[in-house]
Amino acid sequence: MNPRRQQRLITVSAIGVLLAGAIGLMLYALSNNIDLFYTPSEIINGKEGKKPQIGQRLRIGGMVVEGSVERNQDSLAVEFDLVDTGPKVTVSYSGILPDLFREGQGIVATGVLQAGNIIIADEVLAKHDEEYMPPELAEQMKGIKHVKPSEAGY
Amino acid sequence: MFVWLHPYAKTERAYALCNTLMPYFLSAAILGLSVGLVWGMLFAPADYQQGDSFRIIYIHVPSAILSMGTYVAMAIAGLVGLVWQWKTAYMSMIAMAPVGALMCFISLFTGAAWGKPMWGTWWIWDARLTSQLILLFLYLGVMALYYAFNDRQQAGKAAAIIALIGVINIPIIHYSVEWWNTLHQGSTITKIGKPSIAPSMKWPLLVSIAGFMGLIGTLTLMQLKNVIIERELHRPWVKQLLSERETK
Repeated sequence: MNPRRQQRLITVSAIGVLLAGAIGLMLYALSNNIDLFYTPSEIINGKEGKKPQIGQRLRIGGMVVEGSVERNQDSLAVEFDLVDTGPKVTVSYSGILPDLFREGQGIVATGVLQAGNIIIADEVLAKHDEEYMPPELAEQMKGIKHVKPSEAGY
Repeated sequence: MFVWLHPYAKTERAYALCNTLMPYFLSAAILGLSVGLVWGMLFAPADYQQGDSFRIIYIHVPSAILSMGTYVAMAIAGLVGLVWQWKTAYMSMIAMAPVGALMCFISLFTGAAWGKPMWGTWWIWDARLTSQLILLFLYLGVMALYYAFNDRQQAGKAAAIIALIGVINIPIIHYSVEWWNTLHQGSTITKIGKPSIAPSMKWPLLVSIAGFMGLIGTLTLMQLKNVIIERELHRPWVKQLLSERETK
């Protein structure tokens, strides 16, 4: 490689490395703000020493606790608990739930934090995992039987 | 390697190479896309959670992965252009940009169409979706900058710098689902260790990815031929080529 090309290559790669470092540090500094949601234990125990305040608008993401879904028979109001690895947070929502919503499913809700670890949500989104398999295989491997939302009973 | 590659710095040789490679990419595209998509859409089993809706994966995942792959290829072409100052390198860089932008748009569009029924929303500003949107803007930025210059060599240099800076976004897109909480799920087929997609669903996906590769190759070669002809319009070999075409 002739010296001029070599110099250009070195210049370009040096700029590249510096830039990657700078952006890496920036993202590291911002990492708390890039997270889409709080987990239930972060809401109760705080995230890096900072607890969300009552009245704060936030997103929460967690698993719907089995057997915690309570539907109001006369309206669209629904209440359920969310959990990750620790304590539970109750979400109260009035509206149409996504098709994938069921007990044990990961969901993300947006709402306002109330006293007593309750969140009044105005949006509930379903999160799904990266595993894809036919229903028979899922039943065999995980013991999950696919339930159509209309037959879920809540 | 560069002794072998060096002749293709000449536009005429590069044009001839495009013509030679074209049939291979075209047949890979036709074969891969028809087999992969028909297999995926009609014969692969439905998912245990998402039912038939998951089938959009056969378009969404190939276009998303390859929009990143095309970007890296484009940036490498830009690097070669900057260091070795071959104009054919800049030409292939700018030929890849619209194709990559198209793939990026397809992935965002199919993602939105998939997100609405499954997640409950068309769009959410989580790290994965946002960084993929930035990738689309990077593609558009590379093209806009390139065509903003009258001098093509200057244009190539400027666009190559943007393309190289943008490479930092590629690992961010890939790891966004691991580094941060996102609504988007983690990687399926690039996950190391236990595969998280059943083989009966994975094979059509791989075939479809190969088909998309063929498609991207074909479109890039077509675009590259156009770029070469446009730039070398006054060269004797192009004039000869055009007159041959007229007499046909």
